[in-house]
Amino acid sequence: MLRFGHFSGGVHPKGNKNTHFYPTVRLDDFKEIHIPMSMHIGPPCTPIVKVGDQVKVGQLIGEASGPMAVPIHSSVSGKVTAIRKEVSSAGRSVEVVLIESDGQYTRDESVVPPVVTDTESFLKALRDSGLVGLGGAGFPTHMKLKVPEGKTAEFLVINAAECEPYITADFRQCAEHPDEIIEGIMLVMQYLDIPKALIGVEDNKPLAAEVLKNELTKLELKQNLKPDISVHLLKTMYPQGAEKMLIYSLTGREVPSGKLPIDVGAVVLNVSTVRFIAKYLKTGMPLVRKRLTLDGSGLKMPCNVNVPIGAMIPDVISHAGGNAAEAGKIIMGGSMMGVALDRPEASIIKHNNAILVFDKKEAEIPQETQCIRCGRCVEACPMHLMPTMLDVGARNKDVEQLEDYHVLDCIECGCCTYVCPAKRYLVQSIRAGKGYVRQAQAQAKEGTK
Amino acid sequence: MLQVSSSPHIRDSATTQRLMLDVVIALIPAILASTWIFGWRVLLVTALTTGTAVLFEYLSRRLMKRYNSIGDMSALVTGLLLAMNLPPTIPLWIPVVGSFIAIIIVKQFFGGIGQNFMNPALAARVILMLSFPAAMTRWAILADRARSATTAVADQAGRLDLIATATPLYIMQNQGDMPSYLDMFIGIKGGCIGEVSVLALLIGAVYLIVRKVINLWIPLTYIGTVAVITALAGQDPLYHVLSAGLIIGAFFMATDYVTAPVTRNGQIIFALGCGIITALIRLFGSMTEGVSFAILLMNLLTPHIEKWTRPVPFGGRKYVKG
Repeated sequence: MLRFGHFSGGVHPKGNKNTHFYPTVRLDDFKEIHIPMSMHIGPPCTPIVKVGDQVKVGQLIGEASGPMAVPIHSSVSGKVTAIRKEVSSAGRSVEVVLIESDGQYTRDESVVPPVVTDTESFLKALRDSGLVGLGGAGFPTHMKLKVPEGKTAEFLVINAAECEPYITADFRQCAEHPDEIIEGIMLVMQYLDIPKALIGVEDNKPLAAEVLKNELTKLELKQNLKPDISVHLLKTMYPQGAEKMLIYSLTGREVPSGKLPIDVGAVVLNVSTVRFIAKYLKTGMPLVRKRLTLDGSGLKMPCNVNVPIGAMIPDVISHAGGNAAEAGKIIMGGSMMGVALDRPEASIIKHNNAILVFDKKEAEIPQETQCIRCGRCVEACPMHLMPTMLDVGARNKDVEQLEDYHVLDCIECGCCTYVCPAKRYLVQSIRAGKGYVRQAQAQAKEGTK
Repeated sequence: MLQVSSSPHIRDSATTQRLMLDVVIALIPAILASTWIFGWRVLLVTALTTGTAVLFEYLSRRLMKRYNSIGDMSALVTGLLLAMNLPPTIPLWIPVVGSFIAIIIVKQFFGGIGQNFMNPALAARVILMLSFPAAMTRWAILADRARSATTAVADQAGRLDLIATATPLYIMQNQGDMPSYLDMFIGIKGGCIGEVSVLALLIGAVYLIVRKVINLWIPLTYIGTVAVITALAGQDPLYHVLSAGLIIGAFFMATDYVTAPVTRNGQIIFALGCGIITALIRLFGSMTEGVSFAILLMNLLTPHIEKWTRPVPFGGRKYVKG
């Protein structure tokens, strides 16, 4: 198997892929769901339903405003019981539509396959589907796929690296729906006129690579189709799935500082995102359900589940033998980059790919001690920064030093904090440092006006 | 109540304490070898330096009303390294003075662990060396068992005394008879507690490398540089490598996290500098103190080397297509 270059740096945390071999279980037993009107980067949606309205699965309930927003659809059938402000998992106050499920999951009449003929109608369909990048960032896919004028997309990079410990949702996606993944890739290649696609899989998941390659062989034998799609095993190394690292590992191109993948001719999509595209063009069912991994020491039965968007976390984790009241820490996302919730009552959102529940012991946070300048953070940083110097700069609020050491290039992958023997909160302090720099830059801008 | 903290939510098992413990473990073979070569006094001196180093650390933190830091074991390591740098015959009050210099003046005055600008044990050694040159160079008489172990040498009684009372470098500078390579490797020679047995030091060094506490960039560059320069100068590079503290300096002192650069390129430049200075002092200096001065001088340059060798961020270069 081909193996291209490999980014330098990174860490090798224990995989903890306990849920590797557990097929995804569809969960439908939710009495009430809370659908937030903001699950993407960009302005929040406006609810277009009223309290007391009957809604069905796939029905539009939140209208998008502006190019960066995507619409929101109901994930259950039932009655709207309230529309109110709630604090979101990200800590912001956001409008939430509460729907009491009737348990029937009746499909809405508006759910019909979209008519797609060219790039424009393809991107419009993606926007109507409510799709955001399912890898974790929540960036609207139709915006990501809009190739700016003067730039060409040479590669479609498919992210199936899944480098975060614990998470196996994308692996399950590959194992369970390889046909639709390949189909989705071919659709994107067709409508965006991208000649070549590269799928990157970490080499601890050879099975995922195998099934995808089988699918390509099947296409060739049965339909005599030979799309330029290749599957590549990449070194198992966190953060192999970070956009910039993945592009580098697969193509040898470095996305310049402050630039986007398209600047080196790459378009990156998560494997679950392309599978959704294939499914949506066939069925017209918008993004209303999400596959995610439930794991961590606070759960008795780690598993992969498929749940309606808006399901409440305590209900979801109870399926895996977890008790929100006894949990020490609940993380939305992976153990390296996920967000720790301050209370369990939050909804599953579109780009969630895992809920990790740690017991009280695992949730304990280590005491921070003085830096011993061992240089492990420098060695581990995949962006080749000096986290220890950024830490000093951030704690001294020294904007000059922070800029000097390229604080804004930090991707917050957590490698530095992970390896630090002094247990310093490097990412936390670097995040603060980014804030100081942005503030100073904004002030400088004001000044020149 | 849920615990809320910034990502990442998992941590590597390495801790400062564990790293320091590994260094302590790595130094044990050298202490044992030295005890076998020089006798029980080695253990006494070692106990004295480590005991007082930890005590000074505790007292100074207490006086400065800072958290108690003896748990990180860095003071223990400093104490051990200081013992390695003293001759076994040292009057017993000198190690106490040495600990005071290392812990209080060099380490705590500058902010404790991670903040000292030069290696505390080495700085203490050099200050003691300049202050009490006689006591610091009164080399030990080999214990009887070490004597009888070298039957070949034991035939020439006169020569053995010479070996026993001077370091190989001193002998070399004064055109004396040199001990054999094997004797130097095992440690049948004069010298400080820690520098005599190359074999024991290497066992410890291998342990540190296996445990990933240190990497080979600094030691290999350092030792290689000394070997090349001394060879070019027409001297026997193997004698230079095996004698007087180059091994302990390269593996245990120059690799000190706090006082060496954190960047890979910086570490190589740092080690090159150590090697050049060591070789020059050994070739042209009047003292045999090459290693100590070289490392201390390069310690002072560390912040600058770090600045020069800042890594280019990913995507910072002009990118090359394909």
